[in-house]
Amino acid sequence: MNPAFTIPAFGPVLPEILMAAGALVMVLFGAIRGERPGYAMNIIALALLAVTFVAVLMLPSERVETMGGSFVIDGFAKFMKALTLIASAGGVILSLDYMRREGISRFEYPILIILSTIGMMMVISANDLIALYIGLELLSLSSYVIAAFDRDNVRSTEAGLKYFVLGSLSSGMLLYGSSLVYGFSGSVSFPVIATVLQGNVSIGAIVGLVFVAAGIAFKISAVPFHMWTPDVYEGSPTPVTAFFAAAPKMAGMAMATRVFIDAFPGILIQWQQIIVFISIASMALGSFAAIGQRNIKRLMAYSSIGNVGYALIGLAAGTAEGIQGVIVYMAIYLAMTLGTFAVILGMRRGNVMYETVDDLSGMARTHPVLAFCLGMMMFSLAGIPPLAGFFAKFAVFNAAIEADLVALAIIGVVTSVVGAYYYLRIVKVMYFDEPAERYDAMPAGVKLVLALCSIFVVLFGIVPAPLVAAARTAASSLF
Amino acid sequence: MLGFGILSGLLVLPLVGAAFILTLRGDSEAARSNARWAALATTIATFLLSLVAWSRFDTATASFQLVESHVWLTDTIRFKLGVDGFSMPLILLTTFLMPFCILASWESIGHRVKEYFVAFLVLETTMIGVFCALDLVLFYLFFEAGLIPMFLIIGIWGGKRRIYASFKFFLYTLLGSVLMLLAIMAMYWQAGTTDIPTLLAFKFPSNLQTWLWLAFFASFAVKMPMWPVHTWLPDAHVEAPTAGSVILAGVLLKMGGYGFIRVSLPMFPEASEYFAPLVFALSVIAIIYTSLVALMQEDIKKLIAYSSVAHMGFVTMGLFSMNEQGIQGAMFTMISHGLISGALFLSVGVIYDRMHTREIKAYGGLVNRMPMYAVVFLILTMANVALPGTSGFIGEFLTLMGAFRSNTWVAFFATTGVILSAAYALWLYRRVVYGEIDKPALQTITDLNRREIITFAPLVLLIIYYGVQPGPILDAFAVPTESLLNNVQAALATVKTAAAVAH
Repeated sequence: MNPAFTIPAFGPVLPEILMAAGALVMVLFGAIRGERPGYAMNIIALALLAVTFVAVLMLPSERVETMGGSFVIDGFAKFMKALTLIASAGGVILSLDYMRREGISRFEYPILIILSTIGMMMVISANDLIALYIGLELLSLSSYVIAAFDRDNVRSTEAGLKYFVLGSLSSGMLLYGSSLVYGFSGSVSFPVIATVLQGNVSIGAIVGLVFVAAGIAFKISAVPFHMWTPDVYEGSPTPVTAFFAAAPKMAGMAMATRVFIDAFPGILIQWQQIIVFISIASMALGSFAAIGQRNIKRLMAYSSIGNVGYALIGLAAGTAEGIQGVIVYMAIYLAMTLGTFAVILGMRRGNVMYETVDDLSGMARTHPVLAFCLGMMMFSLAGIPPLAGFFAKFAVFNAAIEADLVALAIIGVVTSVVGAYYYLRIVKVMYFDEPAERYDAMPAGVKLVLALCSIFVVLFGIVPAPLVAAARTAASSLF
Repeated sequence: MLGFGILSGLLVLPLVGAAFILTLRGDSEAARSNARWAALATTIATFLLSLVAWSRFDTATASFQLVESHVWLTDTIRFKLGVDGFSMPLILLTTFLMPFCILASWESIGHRVKEYFVAFLVLETTMIGVFCALDLVLFYLFFEAGLIPMFLIIGIWGGKRRIYASFKFFLYTLLGSVLMLLAIMAMYWQAGTTDIPTLLAFKFPSNLQTWLWLAFFASFAVKMPMWPVHTWLPDAHVEAPTAGSVILAGVLLKMGGYGFIRVSLPMFPEASEYFAPLVFALSVIAIIYTSLVALMQEDIKKLIAYSSVAHMGFVTMGLFSMNEQGIQGAMFTMISHGLISGALFLSVGVIYDRMHTREIKAYGGLVNRMPMYAVVFLILTMANVALPGTSGFIGEFLTLMGAFRSNTWVAFFATTGVILSAAYALWLYRRVVYGEIDKPALQTITDLNRREIITFAPLVLLIIYYGVQPGPILDAFAVPTESLLNNVQAALATVKTAAAVAH
């Protein structure tokens, strides 16, 4: 042991440092500027996200550890951070008009998004349990606040409170699990845990693993730790819901991958059954529970539970092919979910936002382009080729077949048929039912997000190779 | 041009037409008329292009032709297109039927005209794609993608129970297909590729073949459809608009049969032999049971839908008799049934457009007011019964002969289906066309107009021509059939010798 203090390499942490410094500047700027209308803060946030995005792309692709081994970057981290940043930017753009119209356009919102994004980036790069926990708390605490951002609205505050109480519980579980893992392996560092925990390990380490898995499952809203999701999704302001459905999911899946693949590769048999179970439970619950939903935000909550289940199939495989599947799945899911929420944000007449499935009635005739885009998102979420969602499902199921998880794959495809029913219901309401009144014109930012997502979802099938190849490179950096 | 060939052109051309129709502004009568003409022009151009492809096609070889291959998903999952003697006729059938579908929708589709033709053109691309895909993932992609436009066509422009029918159609076929997707993945990990020509040469282990065969069977049997998973078809047919029914019966049902020929028989020969009795049983049940059900129908479209299921029973029976007559007969039945059932649904569309009902009871004595229609409908009915001299006879006769060589009892029971089909078809004809006109609504019904005559003339002529002169179609897949059978026999022989050595 070298007691002398050495300055760690800051290069790999540059994106996070940029973001943190930017967030502090934004706090100052916001405090001096005070509550004034305009999008200045949002634009700064977007610029910051863009700069950080470039910084992330410029990181080296090979594995580099720094900060005494507690922080790691590799191709996987790079890819997932880029996705997270895109998701956060989407969350900011979607909120622009909404927050102003609802009268909750405060300068803290973009700052909280930035802070939560730093947490996500930390989580993605965490190489020990402490760093993981710190990143997770930064992510979660910021999220609790923005869930309750519409603070005069009972639903929103309830969502924030619920999220906070249940989130704290899960953080506690994760922490407890971490302490057990530390106790039985003698280290918090993932590589060391990986070398110590091999083959037949003591029951204590397994219990620790289960608690860690429970904490992670909560963050990605996997069954049986999904209970908060529908309420929080429904209660939060819609752009916040869009953000929750996109960005933390990217970070959460990356975290799950990092922890299981990097820290527990030696006991794959042990955690594989856990992942298989929560994957099946999530897919089944996501498909069946969504059928009865009338509120489209709640429906999307169940849809996101189901989608996490599908992404977990890739993780359950535990192979490079599987992780590649997770990455492809999350990238495509990001486009589908942001696009869907863009349409939901377009359902407004005057000061009223409409949120039920029936409010989409006959949209194909009043808003043909919107209806087409949402229709394609729905078919894509149902996994129908040639849309992007098919390639996402293909990637994870293919990995499951390779890893001989045939039963998991069969249950997965069958639940995807059940899920197709409720996605089709939305198409049916839009295309087959009688039209209702027109909605107001869409704000430009929302239009932009929708256009980009729709183009991606519809045309992905023509040139799928670049994303798939990039995901393969990213996944192979973990093995 | 970047190595894109004529098959890519066939896929892209309908999409270009669809994109053009999307750019038309407004919903005025002029815009609608433009959409119709654009759709017609696109489908005719596609048909002409497919004729060009046919002229470049060599029927003397069993190998894939007009092949093109582009980078797609990975190195081993490529965007590969090509045709052989099995797929080329089906592509021609598709492109040939499309202009008639557009013509049949000329006046009967009154609302959301642009969207309708866009959906149809996209559907055409996916159908052509299924038949010319030379990669299983690509095959699956087109196989499933067709569900989206068909779902919309049934759901938006369909009859009273259109929503129920569209959901049933979509979910039923999707459930069948997803298992096929898993099987494709399993084959990918086994053989390292999803390239169809490579897989055709690959020998899958026996026990795996069983599972793969069953997974593909789940998909193709639903699509075919075979008894007992046929129940989506009558619903979908009854509710779909006329042109939707034509495409459904004419082309979409052939995807199942094509799948058996392309995948199940050549890639899993042992499993195919093992399961042949099952297929025979289901086919015979389909032929007899659905013919009996057809007898009792009160809805004209439903009756024809059940008769389609019965005819598809002949196709599966012929395919799994695994001899030259059986397979050629099955292929011929598919082509001929595409023409006949398409024309039959068009002729139902003619009277539906006038009376807006498909109840058999609502008609009677049409011959008095519609002599030309009566003639057309008579020829089509006879073709459906498989009267010698129509194309229906050739296919049915060959499949029965193939079945007879393979299993006499199967042929015996299937032949009763021929009698039953005569019963329901002639009885339908009697109730609709003969007799006195005693319904007041029918007093003013008019005979075929010029557009309808133009629609029926080529179909009727072809049905008769191929009934007398089946050579041109049979030649197209004679060589591939031979090579398919040789490969299957060789594969089965190796297994048997191996088993004999083991004893």
